[in-house]
Amino acid sequence: MLTIDNLRKHFGFVKAVDNINLDIKEGEIVSIIGTNGAGKTTLVNLISGYIRPDSGRILFLDKDITYASPYVRIKLGVGRSFQLIQLFGGISVLDNVRTALFSKYGMIRRGLLSADRYSSVTDEAIKILDNFNMSDKKNLTPKGLSEGDLKILDVAIAFALKSKLLLLDEPTSGVATSDKFKVMDSIVSAIRKEGISTLIIEHDMDIVSGYSDRVIVMHEGRIMAQGKPDEIMENKDVKATVFGIVN
Amino acid sequence: MLFEYGLTFAIVGLGFNLLLGYTGLLSFGHGAYFAAGAYTVAMVGKYLPKAYSLEILIPAALLFSLVLSIIFGFVCVRHTRIFFSILALSLSMLLFALLFKLYHITGGSDGLRVPLPTMFGFSFKGVRRPEFLSGTYYYFLLVMFAVSFLIMKGIVSSPFGKALQAIRDNEVRAELIGIRVRRYRLYAFIISGMFVGLGGALWTFVNGHVTADLSHWVFSGEIVYMTLLGGFGIFEGPIIGAMIFTYLKLYAMGNTQYWMFVIGATLIILVLLLPNGVAGAVSGLWGKIKRKSH
Repeated sequence: MLTIDNLRKHFGFVKAVDNINLDIKEGEIVSIIGTNGAGKTTLVNLISGYIRPDSGRILFLDKDITYASPYVRIKLGVGRSFQLIQLFGGISVLDNVRTALFSKYGMIRRGLLSADRYSSVTDEAIKILDNFNMSDKKNLTPKGLSEGDLKILDVAIAFALKSKLLLLDEPTSGVATSDKFKVMDSIVSAIRKEGISTLIIEHDMDIVSGYSDRVIVMHEGRIMAQGKPDEIMENKDVKATVFGIVN
Repeated sequence: MLFEYGLTFAIVGLGFNLLLGYTGLLSFGHGAYFAAGAYTVAMVGKYLPKAYSLEILIPAALLFSLVLSIIFGFVCVRHTRIFFSILALSLSMLLFALLFKLYHITGGSDGLRVPLPTMFGFSFKGVRRPEFLSGTYYYFLLVMFAVSFLIMKGIVSSPFGKALQAIRDNEVRAELIGIRVRRYRLYAFIISGMFVGLGGALWTFVNGHVTADLSHWVFSGEIVYMTLLGGFGIFEGPIIGAMIFTYLKLYAMGNTQYWMFVIGATLIILVLLLPNGVAGAVSGLWGKIKRKSH
């Protein structure tokens, strides 16, 4: 589904992403972990089109999207959530998701009938919120939500765009430790139900190990190791570099 | 007659708030579109008296404010925040300069007189303006207001209206869910300009006279003022603001030569004590009462 070929992005002397090769299969959930400055967010920004690489290629569904605009990538099916939550704060939770659906279906220019009259879209938005265990909060505005719910809503909006590939940038950052797994449960169960390929960026291995098919470890812009979560947990180099465990 | 003034400003407020309350753009130049509507009526009256009929004048005013808001809007929506506000103000002052300097065409500072129009073939010759305003035109205004209200209500609650609110709240994310932000800002600007132009056209018959001041930033400021007074966070806010402003201004002008002081002092009190405007305060109070009764 996604193929990254020798991707490189340097900022001056900093090798943020340095000749990365990566494949993500259909329906696969892959997590990228690494210390701060490892290049994780730069990689997501390159895939979603926020920044352009110095060299290399990004193929999505066999199409070269290396230099495509974020808008084109969204239309092709690359969705993303943000480390710093990006929501529509003045409208209801339901409208946050519904507006994404209207946009996806090309109905956003319809300007005379109330949004409530499009009942199939409303039902679909409620179903999506239901998948994320948030339908009971549909009439609240984001101001009335907990940090965890804000994160879930951020993902639900990307999900509503019927993305074929979801990029989740630290979906639990800022969430209370006790709620982190609850947030991940909601997000991952909705994603698994639809079989969406997903790339999760996290710095906490504990958070992603139970939810990922594969874990990639990045260090100083390069892929240091990759494999099943338990293999990564036992990898000596990863233990020393990322977890700081020396034995 | 005050109520008729208020109704025309209420239509202006509805249009202005699509841009301020629902799209998050504060224009200090909406007097230009008001003037576009008003001058369309006055110029047709002067140069094309045979076409001086309400059923021609209203579409003509809408058309001219549409054209002007497309041109000005195209320039303005490339920017946001203070840059948008100043650009809108500057463009309206360009129109003011034209209306002021082209004396032989526009009447300059003297402005143009606005006679009573014909209406579906019916002439009001010999009818005095107050009678015209309290008779047929009163009901015509009510219908125009009701239609404007329903159309704008439909717009703000439609998928298009939701897209505008999404842009207002977070333009980065709006772009990322596939909304062409600049294009939708322009659409909002044009619709807003047309509503304000309609208000301007309807107002001319109430006032009987138009001057270049309508495009001056001070008049644009009055449009902003009445919207803030009513509250831009609530759909009905600008309507209430327009009504209160009309009565307040006349009351202040009738009682003191320092009426601008009264208006200014009211604005200060409003910003400090009622940041959500009169409608916002009433709605907040009502919410509290409802919660207590439960």
